[in-house]
Amino acid sequence: MKTVFEPTVGMLPVDTSYCPGCTHGIAHRLIMEVLEEKGELGNTMGVVPIGCSINAHNFMNIDMCESTHGRAPAIASGIRRIHPDRIVFTYQGDGDLASIGAGEIIHAAHRGEKFTTFFINNGIYGMTGGQMAPTTLIGARTTTCVDGRTVEQAGLPLRMCEIISQIDCAVFVERVVLNNPANVRKAKAVIRKAIEIQKAGLGFTFVEILSSCPTNWGLTPVDSLKYVSEDVMDYYPVKNFKTPEGF
Amino acid sequence: MSKVLMMGNEAFAEAAIRAGCNCYFGYPITPQNEVPEYMSHELHKAGGSFIQAESELAAVNMAYGAAAAGGRVFISTSSPGFALMQEGLGFICSCEVPIVAMNVSRGGPGVGGIQPGQADYFQVTRGGYNGDVKIPVFAPANIQESVDLIYEAFDIAEKYRNPVVIFADGMLGQMMEPVEFPPAKPIKGSDEISKDVPWAITGTDHHEGRNVVFSLRLQPDVLENHVLHMFEKYAEAEKELVRYKNINVEDAEIVFVAFGTMARICVEACELLEEKGVKAGVIRPISLWPFPNAAFDAITDKTKIVISTELSMGQMIEDVRTAVAGRWPVSLISRTGGIVPTSIEVMERALKALEEVK
Amino acid sequence: MKKKMFFAGSGGQGALTIGQMIAKAGMDEGNEVTWLPSYGPEMRGGTANCTVIISDKRISCPLINEADVLVVMNLPSLRKFESMVVPGGMIFINSSIVPETSTRTDVKIIEIPANDKAAEIGNPRAANIVMLGAILAETGCCKKETVKHQIEKMFSGRKEKFLPGNIAALELYCK
Repeated sequence: MKTVFEPTVGMLPVDTSYCPGCTHGIAHRLIMEVLEEKGELGNTMGVVPIGCSINAHNFMNIDMCESTHGRAPAIASGIRRIHPDRIVFTYQGDGDLASIGAGEIIHAAHRGEKFTTFFINNGIYGMTGGQMAPTTLIGARTTTCVDGRTVEQAGLPLRMCEIISQIDCAVFVERVVLNNPANVRKAKAVIRKAIEIQKAGLGFTFVEILSSCPTNWGLTPVDSLKYVSEDVMDYYPVKNFKTPEGF
Repeated sequence: MSKVLMMGNEAFAEAAIRAGCNCYFGYPITPQNEVPEYMSHELHKAGGSFIQAESELAAVNMAYGAAAAGGRVFISTSSPGFALMQEGLGFICSCEVPIVAMNVSRGGPGVGGIQPGQADYFQVTRGGYNGDVKIPVFAPANIQESVDLIYEAFDIAEKYRNPVVIFADGMLGQMMEPVEFPPAKPIKGSDEISKDVPWAITGTDHHEGRNVVFSLRLQPDVLENHVLHMFEKYAEAEKELVRYKNINVEDAEIVFVAFGTMARICVEACELLEEKGVKAGVIRPISLWPFPNAAFDAITDKTKIVISTELSMGQMIEDVRTAVAGRWPVSLISRTGGIVPTSIEVMERALKALEEVK
Repeated sequence: MKKKMFFAGSGGQGALTIGQMIAKAGMDEGNEVTWLPSYGPEMRGGTANCTVIISDKRISCPLINEADVLVVMNLPSLRKFESMVVPGGMIFINSSIVPETSTRTDVKIIEIPANDKAAEIGNPRAANIVMLGAILAETGCCKKETVKHQIEKMFSGRKEKFLPGNIAALELYCK
């Protein structure tokens, strides 16, 4: 019999704690598959954020450390100084990265830190129960904007790829989406490229992954993916912002 | 190795380098700027790394990352910067990661001033950390002692897998004294660290099993057990890390309790009191946590008053009262805001305090 | 032996530097020393001062209540600090810059036209070293040879061209 699918050894053989329809699990698996394929699982250190994925170290089968809220890029910078020849990544949500940790991500990019940040953007605070994030779309209802986010009250959503790509030492910046199998495969290719560029020591690499949060959006998993495909992708274009020559 | 005349801040940095420090992360703040400046041009020569962090928040978290990865890490700041680092330090305690942090303190509160202060006593000994946390704190009184304590602090931090704080004031940072440095330990590289620090995150290919450094424990019983484990370490630290120096305490009428720069002024005040026919001594706590309660057992019934002498409105006095435990009257001599009293002022105020209890 | 010295001037006049040189010479001669500067924004353009203690015994307190020797490089420093000198002490005044003399009558006043003398020997930046020579000659706080050796170390290699000018400045008042 031919094997058509095997779970990556990069994921521990346990159930994740994520809600049905949440795309954290897919994002985890893609990163671990890439690291396994590259033979780097045992050579990698990951930093998990404060947010739903704080428990990612219970699922990803690699060395990991927890972060204070938003400071993962600073922590990864420290790890890189000790192990300059190994792989380091941060895995951060939108509250963690775009709100409380906005300073650290800008300056890690500014220094051209040679690690990769995977930015999971689902436009909401999941862990704390569905509050507005800097990335929440106009009109979207959250527990801190129950009638929907307005420009007057909270400004317009923050586009992190657009900001990071302005920083010269951020050498690879791309936004991907996990709304259908074809895009999941494309996302994996982008993750692979980010790791390869990190390995080449060219500078800071940043992959934004548009995700869904059915529980806090109050939508079914299917409707959530529809919301991603229509509204989210409309505001956050899925595209490459920057790639170094030769990649 | 012969003595060199060196500024405190530069000597602090050199001591850390000698101790085999892999990384230093810092953000400019007076009066400790010479520490990051010195590190920026000297640390890489010894094989370490320097980052000028974007904030103290980032600095303490860089330190956490590098130490979680097995490195020997030093950070320094001054009072308001230390306030910013507190979240990180408490978190690092829970994660059981060793780092050495230095506070070259100044007058507060708020942005305050930049002249020497000790009003960070509560900040360093109690801290603004959330949760049950203890951090060993050492307060040197001269540059040589600072160097020796910093050099040793890395070993203490690693033994207890906990931060250690060195608490100096701006005067110690800015002044120069002759100093002799201990021998330089080699700064370890990535592979050596992977071998030598079995709990650190270095990549699973480089050690047995899989390492995770974390503080989140959502189940209360699991968290309680973790805190109890931390407090077993702290109980041992309370036995092992007590340091103090008693000067002429046995036959003193007045016993000053003072640390750092203030202790040096008190020693001179004792000489002035002696000229006036009053015997005085000094208890100089070197470890502020654990506080040297045992030092107070040397006080005899010749003593009429114990005076906590501080560059703050009276913070250490709470620990002094606990240590004295009602055996002698306790009073306070304090200046704050960056004002350092002269030995004459201390002598005069001590005489007045003595009058009041007689 | 315990000598308490205080050096004051405006930032850039080199008062802190000569204090440091004396402290280092004191150490090189086997004494205990401390050098304590004023620090902060006042250093930038305002007054700068430092306290030096040289002692053959351990120095407890680096702060002083009174000075045996005061060195002033500008007028505000003279007015601000002349009262701290012990009776019988010394005040060195840079008379090129300070148009007045001290009001004290119970101390020895030594007026040194440091800037003029430095300019005369073609090294106008070495006014503080001219003053340093005078201090060594008058106080004997440390030996000229110790300081000379220090200057030779400071101006070695690429800076060697500055050495003769500084030695000349040092020896103007300290043969």
